[in-house]
Amino acid sequence: MGDARTRWSARRWLIAGLLATLCATPALARDALTLGMVLEPPGLDPTAGAAAAIREVTYDNIFEGLTRIDGAGHVVPGLAASWTISPDGKAYTFALHSGVIFHDGTEFNCAIVQFSYNRARAPDSTNAQKELFEPIADIACPDPHTAVVTLKRPDAAFLFGMGWGDAVMVAPNSAAGNQTHPIGTGPFRFTNWVKGDRVEMARFDHYWGAAPKLARVTFKFVADPAAAAAALLAGDIDAFGNFPAPEILPQLRADGRFAVVIGSTEGKTILALNNARKPFDDIRVRRALAYAIDRKALVQATMSGLGTIIGSHYTPNDPGFIDLAGTYPYDPTRAKALLAEAGIASGTHFTLALPPPPYARRGGEVIAAMLEEVGLHVELVPMEWAEWLDQVFKRSDFDMTMISHTEARDLAIYARDHYYFNYHSDAFRSLYQTYLDATDPRTEIDLLQKMQRQLATDEPNVFLYVLPKLGVWNARLHGFWVNDPIPANDLSAVAWGE
Amino acid sequence: MLRFLAGRLLALALTLLAAAALIFLVLEVLPGDPAALILGVNARPDTLATLHHQLGLDRPAALRFPLWIFGLLRGDFGESYTYHAPVAGLIADRVMVSLPLALLALALSTTLAIPVGVFAAARRRRIGDTLAMAVAQLGVAVPNFWLGLLLILLFAVKLAWLPASGFGGWSGGIWHGLRSLILPALALALPQAAILARVTRSAVLETLGEDYLRTALAKGLSRNAALWRHAVPNALIPVFTILGLQFSFLLAGTIIIENVFTLPGLGRLIFQAIAGRDLIVVQDLVVLLAGSVIVVNFAVDIAYVLVDPRLRQSGPR
Repeated sequence: MGDARTRWSARRWLIAGLLATLCATPALARDALTLGMVLEPPGLDPTAGAAAAIREVTYDNIFEGLTRIDGAGHVVPGLAASWTISPDGKAYTFALHSGVIFHDGTEFNCAIVQFSYNRARAPDSTNAQKELFEPIADIACPDPHTAVVTLKRPDAAFLFGMGWGDAVMVAPNSAAGNQTHPIGTGPFRFTNWVKGDRVEMARFDHYWGAAPKLARVTFKFVADPAAAAAALLAGDIDAFGNFPAPEILPQLRADGRFAVVIGSTEGKTILALNNARKPFDDIRVRRALAYAIDRKALVQATMSGLGTIIGSHYTPNDPGFIDLAGTYPYDPTRAKALLAEAGIASGTHFTLALPPPPYARRGGEVIAAMLEEVGLHVELVPMEWAEWLDQVFKRSDFDMTMISHTEARDLAIYARDHYYFNYHSDAFRSLYQTYLDATDPRTEIDLLQKMQRQLATDEPNVFLYVLPKLGVWNARLHGFWVNDPIPANDLSAVAWGE
Repeated sequence: MLRFLAGRLLALALTLLAAAALIFLVLEVLPGDPAALILGVNARPDTLATLHHQLGLDRPAALRFPLWIFGLLRGDFGESYTYHAPVAGLIADRVMVSLPLALLALALSTTLAIPVGVFAAARRRRIGDTLAMAVAQLGVAVPNFWLGLLLILLFAVKLAWLPASGFGGWSGGIWHGLRSLILPALALALPQAAILARVTRSAVLETLGEDYLRTALAKGLSRNAALWRHAVPNALIPVFTILGLQFSFLLAGTIIIENVFTLPGLGRLIFQAIAGRDLIVVQDLVVLLAGSVIVVNFAVDIAYVLVDPRLRQSGPR
């Protein structure tokens, strides 16, 4: 009797289970995504911190700007449907989309544009890229859906800058809380942040643009590369916009369940030299170092061969790119000759400061070995980020350092008065100034190319390679960016296929 | 007993204050500016100055230290620079991961180690002993993070029984949270259990050679009864000492294991906070961890008294 009852009850459960499975089938069309990231963002407000991780969560998912940068690195309309530029290049008239609301229901209009830009350039602003807003003289609102931004001088980079995460639209009533509870106009609204573990968001039903395919998105933070691989293999994570360990990619590729897509970031990886310190003030020494480094072998050893070799501070993603990778081909004999000519004795001792990322720690060892070959003795100095920012970046107290400059189109750093590698070239500065003043796209491209050549000639730093974007995702997913022209995981077009 | 407790409490408070002063000093000397980390490489000096002011870093250290200490006394742990949330809340969330993890690991390691140790001692030099101690030797040698990866590969990737990383949270029920903790707890517990088993074995062996055991056997107790009734209880003091020490190791171990399993626990928080120069979080956590180690040592002292009637009669020192 007891036996029969157990059996009946077991059967009932089985049937109930089957029914539940059957009923659930139509809803099984997957619309949830778990995306892995290495670093957890420090806060979720891209207007209050420089960390790429903030943008990798929020950019174009939660927050949007007047312009946006698309996956190909082009400036395209965002919350501004279109714009016109006055002939003198100073007045930008943006036609704003109407019917746009923030996730809390606040209406988006020209007053929001005024608020956002004025907040970013205010004296008490803590915007990490305050420089972007420096050219702005005034923001006027002839009507609620038109914004006229007047600049102090023409700025060829203005529209690109307004597409950065630092220039997204925020509302007066929610801006202060965006660090922990971001409220933007994007296709996804923030729902939850389990600190140390994940950020969750859901489709915003009143989004002004095309509704995203995904209903729920979880950003999961996995710092350890081996753990990241395990989480992918176990199915806990569906995708990595940028997978942390190139050496595991062949295994993931062989698995068959994953699409492995190698793209490019903006990370210009360089051996930065302190141009103010002897002997790096001598162009022969800098060129000797460039000849002494076998970049192909370096990329092979540290990035499993993934990463485009560059010869200037510019990437193939950027407008007007010219390939200068062959300027200083690997030639240790020539390197030795140049060093001898500059009076550098064999066995001269230098330090090489290495921040935490693997490209630097591993790359530093390879570079040290290559420089030993031409008779230089290199001492590796591993540093934490905080230490690197303080000693190398702020106080410029270093010989050489290996670092990836991840900001897009940042030729401007070579025109600065005080920047950690201390490059000073009047020729470059005048090129840069002419570029900023240019209003004609053809002249702009011409000047961008001249600047690239000037840097390759002067070789203030040894330009090495562009960090690859190692995209790995479930093969049934589509719609991810292949390249990272700016740090982002734009999920508006991502969907599960069959 | 009361005087003993009062003395202990005073010592506890002084140790905590010393730990607080030390960590504050270390973080002062350590290079790195939290504002520079937040604002990155393009920050302008005036922006940095504004952020310094907002974070309260423009005040001198001599003022910040007492402000922090008095805040702690009032129960105000301050606000994290990176999470922009009260540190007390952050820590409370993380304790809900780390404490169950540490307790689970401790429970696993003791339930594994004590029987194995006693068993090995009882069959000294026989095949069971040799085998158990060989496994324990291996356990001592295996680093917990590597063991963690092996466990992930087997139970999460191959068998798909348990999640590879992350924490499900307790809101979905006990099992929901617990299943994320099983593998990390095993990774933490096994090397600890190996050490504990060896200590238990030698402690039991020592008591097995004592006169009172011979007496017990002589008056007709069976070997097993003598073992469990007389040898094991007397062997517990060194075992408790090691357990107390292991608690500190467990806390240190969670820093590594929580990173391997990406668990949002205290260990990961302190690791991130140091890298991010989230000074106030590091300070609070160090004081908290130092405090818990002191409290556990105190509990171990009490446990001595409980297991050793002689200490109970004469009263502790």
